[in-house]
Amino acid sequence: MTATTTDHSRAAADGAHSHGVVPAGSRAERVTSFDLADIPVPSGREEEWRFSPVARLQPLFAETLGADGVTVAVDAAPEVKVETVARDDARLGKAGKPGDRTAVSAWNAVAEATVVTVPAEAVASDVTSVRIDGVSQDATAQHLLVHAERHSEAVVVIDHRGVALLNQTVEVVVDEGAHLTVVSVQDWADGAVHAAAHRSTIGRDARLKHVVVTFGGDVVRITPDATFTAEGGEVEMVGLYFADADQHQEHRLFVDHAVPSCKSRVTYKGALQGSGAHTVWVGDVLIQAEAENTDTYELNRNLVLTDGARADSVPNLEIETGEIAGAGHASATGRFDDEQLFYLMARGIPEVDARRLVVRGFFAELIDEIGVAAVEERLLASIEAELEKSMSVITGVPTAAE
Amino acid sequence: MSTLEIRDLHVSVETKEGPKPILRGVDLTIKSGETHAIMGPNGSGKSTLASALAGHPKYEVTSGTVTLDGEDVLAMSVDERARAGLFLAMQYPVEVPGVSVANFLRTAKTAISGEAPALRTWGKEVKGAMENLRIDSSFAERSVNEGFSGGEKKRHEILQMELFKPHFAILDETDSGLDVDALRVVSEGVNRAKENTDVGVLLITHYTRILRYIKPDFVHVFVDGRIAEEGGPELAERLEDEGYDRFLTGATASA
Repeated sequence: MTATTTDHSRAAADGAHSHGVVPAGSRAERVTSFDLADIPVPSGREEEWRFSPVARLQPLFAETLGADGVTVAVDAAPEVKVETVARDDARLGKAGKPGDRTAVSAWNAVAEATVVTVPAEAVASDVTSVRIDGVSQDATAQHLLVHAERHSEAVVVIDHRGVALLNQTVEVVVDEGAHLTVVSVQDWADGAVHAAAHRSTIGRDARLKHVVVTFGGDVVRITPDATFTAEGGEVEMVGLYFADADQHQEHRLFVDHAVPSCKSRVTYKGALQGSGAHTVWVGDVLIQAEAENTDTYELNRNLVLTDGARADSVPNLEIETGEIAGAGHASATGRFDDEQLFYLMARGIPEVDARRLVVRGFFAELIDEIGVAAVEERLLASIEAELEKSMSVITGVPTAAE
Repeated sequence: MSTLEIRDLHVSVETKEGPKPILRGVDLTIKSGETHAIMGPNGSGKSTLASALAGHPKYEVTSGTVTLDGEDVLAMSVDERARAGLFLAMQYPVEVPGVSVANFLRTAKTAISGEAPALRTWGKEVKGAMENLRIDSSFAERSVNEGFSGGEKKRHEILQMELFKPHFAILDETDSGLDVDALRVVSEGVNRAKENTDVGVLLITHYTRILRYIKPDFVHVFVDGRIAEEGGPELAERLEDEGYDRFLTGATASA
């Protein structure tokens, strides 16, 4: 087990702390732009691409992308409005700017966007489901805006299935006092390659719960950004991933505390099994000089179930003010604990069931935090299905799928 | 009536420098209802015996036999041993995050008895056993051993002993680190299990203190990986007065 835990709540204005390698300098200095020319095609050596299989992502760096690789179907709660709009719609592009090549490519390549609006004061009576199905392997751009207007409440689940080569933008705008939950489930089939830039803004006293669940696909790279635009905002970013042999699952988060008195919590947990399973978690948190009374904590844990899997975990916390309520981060990657297995088996529990208990236990708290019953149930079922794959290695009995 | 029989047991432990022999020929027979205290200085192999009987992968049996009513225990996997009726109360119980005590107890009980316990009676039984051991009912929803104090972990071990009703329970230094109150509560639990189930007990301890609460029928003194002396409860009293010095001197002289 390797673990780092750091509590910065008593840290003075910074400079004294450095964590991991931050060759690109301050996160605040990273180039963001809507212009393709400002963010060239990466070589793979850049800080934000150094863990990524750039060759597999290459088709998504193009200046033009198709639109027919996926179908988008929205099943909205009765209170929620759904539109398809042209790319020049004034509401698009308001939640920050693209921060890497796939993000800027996606922005420039889309012809139209899906806009999901939760009207002011509306409380959605049901989950709004956005179903994205991969239908061809043509490199495709797709854009979704979820806008929760003032004092509204809603849950939006974005569900990805099938096989696609998708470069996606998800903008999330949470206006003052609104409570929004956005869940993105990557349940792709083998062969899918998916890059997604999630850019969120959180207004005054607004609350965003942002959930990412990644199980399927060959390559999934998601970059959720959250920026506070006014005081009193709160963001909870939760992620759960399970990588099998030769899957690459990358989640790069950025929380920008640009204003005072906001709170962020980041909790990502992943399990890995099989040769060539690779997960990357990077959590950047920037507490700007003006952001006094910030409260932030981020945590990433990885459970490596078999040999040959690799988990990279890099928390970065930059603090530009000493007047904070709390700031900390923790990162740990551990192998499956044989002592836990022995303890459970010594109580008569067979190995397969003991392993299942431990892995379910590892994810249990996180699943509770999601707070969307339908998603929780599906998650438990997906975890079971993933475990079946590793159990077949242990028991020697192939699963039905194989 | 069951019998656990250990014959000429030799056990090595895995170390960085290679396997290191710890047990050098242990003979011991325990019958239902009997309580055997295994005492001895640190490093004499008491806990190795406990771990080897439970089947911990770090310990390798190099020769000898262990049978439970004639069945070869050493051929069984860890979980098979538990289902055959062996229970090890561990010296250092392991934390299992995210698995609630209630879920763990039910899962283990189901595995051991081969069927799920009846919902209504099981709930009552667990609640009653927890009350007896002064375990707050909130522990049912907590993760197994996570954030438990030393005493809470040991009480949770004895809770399992009471609920799982093994034929033989090996208590590996269950008394170590307990204050007097906790020691009394834990001992009462063991005594209840003895009364209710006729369990055979192998009580491994460094100190004689727990033997004031749990009366042994036999006392075995472990020195250097084998039994150096055996007797009745009076042997424990003698150890309390004299300590282990005379055994250690002997061991040094013969080495």
